[in-house]
Amino acid sequence: MHILRNQKIRGIIFQLLTILGLLAFLWYIGSNTVANIEQRGIQTGFDFLNGTAGFSIDETPISFSETNTHARVFLVGLLNTLIISVIGIVFATILGLIIGILRLSKNWLVRKLAAAYIDIFRNIPVLLQIFFWYNVVLKSLPGPRESINLFDTIFINNRGFIIPQPHVNTTFIMVTCSFFVVFIIVFFINKWANKRQEETGQDFSVLIAGLILLFVVPSLTYFISGANFDFDYPALKGFNFQGGKSISPEFLALTFALVIYTATFIAEAVRSGIEAVNKGQKEAASALSLSEYQSLKLVILPQAIRIAIPPTINQYLNLIKNSSLATAIGYPELVTVFAGTSLNQVGQAIEIIAITMLVYLTISLVVSAILNWFNHKMRIKDR
Amino acid sequence: MTKFAKLSLTAFVLIGMSATAGTLEDTKKQGFVKCGVDGGLPGFSEVVSGGVYKGIDVDGCKAIAASVLGDASKVKYVALNAKERLAALQSGEIDILVRNTTWTQTRDTSLGLNFAGVNYYDGQGFMIRKNLGVKSALELNGASVCIQTGTTTELNVADYFRANNMTYKTVAYDTNDQVIQSYENGRCDILTSDASQLYGLRTKLKDKANHIVLPEIISKEPLGPVVRQGDDAWFNIVKWSFYAMVAAEEAGITSKNADEMLKSNNPEIKRILGTEGKMGANLGLNADFAYQIIKQVGNYGEVFERNVGTSTPLNIERGLNALWSKGGLQYSPPFR
Amino acid sequence: MAIFEQKKTRTAPSNTQGIIPWIRENLFSSPLNSIMTFLGIVFLYWIIPPFVQWAYIDANFSGTTREACTSGGACWVFVKMKMDMFMYGFYPQNEIWRLKTALGLFIVLLVAFKFIRNYKISFLLLNIYFLVAFILVNGGFFGLEHIPTDKWGGLMLTVVVAAVGIICSFPIGIIVAFGRASDLPIIRSICITYVEFIRGVPLITILFMSSIILPLFFPEGMTFDKLLRALIGITLFQAAYVAEIIRGGLQSISKGQYEAADAVGLSYWQKMLLVILPQALKVAIPNLVGAFISLFQDTTLVLIIGLFDLLAMVRITAADSTWLGMETEGYVFVTFIFWAFCFTMSRYSQKLERQFDTNLR
Repeated sequence: MHILRNQKIRGIIFQLLTILGLLAFLWYIGSNTVANIEQRGIQTGFDFLNGTAGFSIDETPISFSETNTHARVFLVGLLNTLIISVIGIVFATILGLIIGILRLSKNWLVRKLAAAYIDIFRNIPVLLQIFFWYNVVLKSLPGPRESINLFDTIFINNRGFIIPQPHVNTTFIMVTCSFFVVFIIVFFINKWANKRQEETGQDFSVLIAGLILLFVVPSLTYFISGANFDFDYPALKGFNFQGGKSISPEFLALTFALVIYTATFIAEAVRSGIEAVNKGQKEAASALSLSEYQSLKLVILPQAIRIAIPPTINQYLNLIKNSSLATAIGYPELVTVFAGTSLNQVGQAIEIIAITMLVYLTISLVVSAILNWFNHKMRIKDR
Repeated sequence: MTKFAKLSLTAFVLIGMSATAGTLEDTKKQGFVKCGVDGGLPGFSEVVSGGVYKGIDVDGCKAIAASVLGDASKVKYVALNAKERLAALQSGEIDILVRNTTWTQTRDTSLGLNFAGVNYYDGQGFMIRKNLGVKSALELNGASVCIQTGTTTELNVADYFRANNMTYKTVAYDTNDQVIQSYENGRCDILTSDASQLYGLRTKLKDKANHIVLPEIISKEPLGPVVRQGDDAWFNIVKWSFYAMVAAEEAGITSKNADEMLKSNNPEIKRILGTEGKMGANLGLNADFAYQIIKQVGNYGEVFERNVGTSTPLNIERGLNALWSKGGLQYSPPFR
Repeated sequence: MAIFEQKKTRTAPSNTQGIIPWIRENLFSSPLNSIMTFLGIVFLYWIIPPFVQWAYIDANFSGTTREACTSGGACWVFVKMKMDMFMYGFYPQNEIWRLKTALGLFIVLLVAFKFIRNYKISFLLLNIYFLVAFILVNGGFFGLEHIPTDKWGGLMLTVVVAAVGIICSFPIGIIVAFGRASDLPIIRSICITYVEFIRGVPLITILFMSSIILPLFFPEGMTFDKLLRALIGITLFQAAYVAEIIRGGLQSISKGQYEAADAVGLSYWQKMLLVILPQALKVAIPNLVGAFISLFQDTTLVLIIGLFDLLAMVRITAADSTWLGMETEGYVFVTFIFWAFCFTMSRYSQKLERQFDTNLR
């Protein structure tokens, strides 16, 4: 009995027992599953991925037809998940930032409105919001033949928004590239400006320079590359609009709901970030006679961001996971088409759910890794 | 720690022992039939006020309960969407699925399922708003189509449009409720489903008269009860409970005259009702299993008329579902 | 020698007092501010009057049929007539008194808690309450008719799912949090895997797993009720979040507390349950309430696996052929209920946060 009193040995025995228990449990469910699968003649393995899907999907970032495989279905679903996630994150960040800043506005009315927005929308389940946008707002839009017509280029109806789509020609490619070029230039200008400021204390307004560049460079490119934008305009033919790019109501409802819901949390993160900056810091900044803008840029924001970013990234993760609710209104993302339609057609629940979970898990781990890297980079260096 | 080990061991033993022999014994022991239905489809299986289930599929469940337990009301209904239904059956959550499920080769062979007959011969059709002026399915090029996902419907419509060189846009949902709501909201031009369902779903539209079902039937959809593979006794019970209803109609036995028919001298009727022969014993059931079905649920014709026939809002003709002797396909192998 | 003479405090200059200076200060302090105020008023004018018009002025409250809704606004008659469905789902009409009794007992219990200061008695009472509530709702004992779970629905199902999720996830979450903080490497890695896995996937995939795959894990003949499977999924999901929050609480406890507990010779469980956990919980409670709010919102997902919660009831009631097209009223009503629940809880958690905050100083 003396041995059992030894803490170390007790720890080892406890762990061994846990492992044994876990293994016994896994073996138990494993053998049951195998027996059940065999008895019921359910197929196993991943061969189904090469089988023909046989159904069609409406919104596909890559070409897809009935004759493609389930593996392609998976890819389409994954891409749609990523698209909705990226767009949702971008807009949720913008909206969240705006609301978060308005929440601290000196203007009483604006402050209260922002607070009301947060209190209302973060307390309504996001699935309910999705249904609301989809079933209530969509219902009030007119049919394709009575579309709301904006200058014969943009049409709004209960099939979604239909906008002109530019043909991919030299002008289009060049102008698109020029935007990236501007971003790269601005990045280096910013680096240079920071360095110069540290060395000489002279300030350089990167924001204004960036905005000017963002306007000048693409317009120049546009003229240099032939000034030849060629749009594919939508037109009503038969049942629906042909041509143009149509944005489906499912996509819109999902984006609206996810953005509005997630933005409330981001706004709170932004607010608490700014509020957490010690008052003394602001006072010290003004004592050094920094301007309002300088104090914000150099003193407040660097500290606020450190506090606001980790919860914001967690919200990004929630948004990505919540995008799976698309299955309730049929937007063809991963859970809808792969863990939904494909699962129905082939019936191999275990494999399909496992793949789906793995995808989300991978995304989560990548995002967590980014968060950890950020925390590491941004941590206040001890002096 | 040993306490924990002992506990978990007993738990495993207990769980292990609850594994049992066959569906029939299980059903008798638990006293009800676990039956999967749709729950949102007028005429087939619909929850009406107070949570009561009604419909032709529901009557299929009741028939099994009547034959196995002698009481048609001993059914536990599980409302399933198209996506869950097969998995629910495979996993044993339900013992029989009567949820307008199409009998296909793949489902019958590779998914570990057995189809026990056809309780409704159906085919896929299209419903469209009258004011669009479409007369034939061949005019549907470019249309948006609302579909319930996880069905053969989805595959058929793809085949049909491809075969006729037409394009279309799918809008697919999990439940019929969302399909019909989106169709009503104008999200799509046409709604495609089995023709019988179209009639049923039409009763859920606000302006019923403004929607027509196009004449084209683009597929064969034999709908029937499904059971798991590997339990032949249960498979036989489900099969013959259904045939009993068809045979009863062939022999002219109805829920109203079943008691009188017990006295009949016709040997076929006597065998069906169990006053002669050992049809019940062959299945491991009471001799009067078919009598119970007919008495409590009715024969096939009665079930059809009551739920989807011309006197109901669905207003469906017998058509393919008439008895073989009347130009239809319903045919029972002999009770012999 | 000057004698100290108290002077009356002067009132502030009149231009900083009263309503007009307040408006000037808070709404029109700068041109930008004035524009924002103007925009805010336009926005409010754009949103509120139409909504009030629809939801109240033009709305119909009296009557029993669709025909009573004539004035073009919201048809609250629909909600009124379907109230039982929204609240209790398909629960048999003449058994609803059982649900009301369970609710009444809960209110009595809450009042009783105001007076009972002994935690052991409270805990015991709470447990007795759960047993009684289960018997009342489920039936099957004492001559109460058994109500199968497919008849459960509406707000009652939402509350059942949320309550079971909250209560059952709590002990599991605590154990996992302990495991994650323990110095036994294997236990720790098992707990980390569990928490990270669950937190990495969407709830809907866990619900799919528990509703489709879970039955395959057990021998044939051993089946779980559909609701039970959803509850298992929700509980496992919530437990990971609870564990993570409690871990945060544990981390805030200073090392000295552990050492002190060890020094007085407490065993591991005594140390954790009597010394560490109470302090950790205190730190964690506001976050726990937050997690419970999101669980309450997440209960709506059970409709995707075919349970009829409050949100699912909108579609079911509006599919009734006599009330077709009433989704809008249904959604607004259900939105209000969810919002009221969550808003109350979030205000409560903010209150707790402030309470604990002052305690720390």
